[in-house]
Amino acid sequence: MISVRNLSKHFGGIQAVRDCSVEVERGSITGLIGPNGAGKSTLFNIIAGVFPPSNGTVTLDGEDVTGLKPHELFARGLVRTFQIAHEYSSMPVIENLMVPPPNQRGETLIWSWLQWGAVRRQEAEIRDKAEDVLAFLRLTDLKYELAGNLSGGQKKLLELGRTMMTDAKVVLLDEVGAGVNRTLLGELSTDIERLNRERGYTFFVIEHDMDLIARLCDPVIVMAQGTVLTQGSMADIRANEAVIEAYLGGGVPAETGPNAGPNAGPGGASEARPS
Amino acid sequence: MELFGLFMYLLGFLAVALIYAIGCLGVNINWGFTGLFNVGVAGFFAVGAYSTAIVTSPPSPVHLGGFDLPIPVGLVAAIVFAGAVAWVVGRICLRLRSDYLAIATVGIAEILRLVFRNFESLGGGPFGVQRVPRPFESLPQPWSEIGFIVVLAVILLLLYVLIQRAWSAPWGRVLRAIRDNEEAAAAAGKNVEAFRLQAFVLGSAIMGLFGGLFALYTKTITPNAIEPLMVTFLPWVMLIVGGSGNNKGAILGAVAIWALWTMTEILTGLLPSDWASRAAFIRVFLIGLLLQIVLQRFPGGLLPEKPPIIRAPDEKHPDRA
Repeated sequence: MISVRNLSKHFGGIQAVRDCSVEVERGSITGLIGPNGAGKSTLFNIIAGVFPPSNGTVTLDGEDVTGLKPHELFARGLVRTFQIAHEYSSMPVIENLMVPPPNQRGETLIWSWLQWGAVRRQEAEIRDKAEDVLAFLRLTDLKYELAGNLSGGQKKLLELGRTMMTDAKVVLLDEVGAGVNRTLLGELSTDIERLNRERGYTFFVIEHDMDLIARLCDPVIVMAQGTVLTQGSMADIRANEAVIEAYLGGGVPAETGPNAGPNAGPGGASEARPS
Repeated sequence: MELFGLFMYLLGFLAVALIYAIGCLGVNINWGFTGLFNVGVAGFFAVGAYSTAIVTSPPSPVHLGGFDLPIPVGLVAAIVFAGAVAWVVGRICLRLRSDYLAIATVGIAEILRLVFRNFESLGGGPFGVQRVPRPFESLPQPWSEIGFIVVLAVILLLLYVLIQRAWSAPWGRVLRAIRDNEEAAAAAGKNVEAFRLQAFVLGSAIMGLFGGLFALYTKTITPNAIEPLMVTFLPWVMLIVGGSGNNKGAILGAVAIWALWTMTEILTGLLPSDWASRAAFIRVFLIGLLLQIVLQRFPGGLLPEKPPIIRAPDEKHPDRA
């Protein structure tokens, strides 16, 4: 589905991603974990078209999409959520959901004047769909609330809801669980599983919550120092010494095994990287 | 006679207030809808005013034209030329972050003003373009003034309906989404640059119409009329006081601020003569003070933005405070 080949990205002197290759299989929920500054969000931002890579290619469904803009990737079925919720704060919840559907007639200025009837009919359809999504996310009671007034967790649900307003093929979730309480998080992961099963969405998920990763994701990719350290099922990852090393850094001498190698730099150095 | 004078004064007030209301709607499309910090209103005003003046005035040896064409053609020219200039400026400047867009638009407005002042064979130099026709000027007063006010009211109403409709349509929704969160709008598949350019061109074209109507009303346009205080600062204050993002607010703000501006003229006229030279500064001070008070008391303006009503046919909409 998504195939990343030999991707590199540097910001000034900082090498955020180096020679990184990743495969996300169709229909999977693939996890992406790694310590702070491992390059996970940079990788996500390149795939989502926020900025182009310095080197390497991204293909989506066999098509080279390297360097395309976010709206061009959206048109090819790739949608994303943001690490920090990006709601349209001065718009009601239901309007937030009505933004993403593509090919809205009323988005063309001239048709908004000349074909008011057709625009209204399409609006009614989009509105019905938004109501369904709100019911799915259990946000119906808040539909006329301004999105800026929602709690952090509710905004995260709204982010997920926006992806459901489209015919997405693949959804990038950037720390969808961060700031969400346990109960809501359980509901959120149920929703993600349902979307995967019922709608056939492929998910690529950055997450720091290992329980959530263990529950949802197979396979799990581990990044450290801007490149892929290893990948496999969560059980494999848990047993992998290099992963433990990457997370804890070189500062824990008692646990340092023979596999430590040059990858395991001090945690402080990697903190500086944009993530 | 006293009463007739007062009546004519009120008509004059109303005409200018309506002209400002039209300009204010343009600023609202830029800033209120889309969050484009366009402080070069004076530039687009100038392009519109000179376009209308050159197109409609009788031939002159000094400046380009005049072409002596009908007034509606002059107003269309104002819209088209201001929109075209905005398209060029927008293609270059809209990728800038909002504070840089502000600097760029201020600079462009100043360049345009200097072009009109110094390029004599285009705009007649410091004397500008004279003998601009005014609709209904052959009628006796007050009918001439009333006729012009009716024209202004019809244009304003038409613009209001069109802009309000576009705002409540998905087009306006995308603009508001871009204003609230540009990154998320792009991730929702919207071509942010294209939408911002549309809003910038439409808003600036209306600022051009604002200039064109002003030239018709004063029957002349000179470089001195392109005063940033009067044609950039005032429409901005009107929008902020009236309610940024709300078309009714933009119109209300224009009328309210213009009323205040003209009333302070009466007030400062009562001041002792050695204060009279400072009167202009006192007026600006009063407007600034009012802006502070309104921003403190009503952060969203007198009529704050209200999202369009979205409801199912069978559903009663709850009140949104």
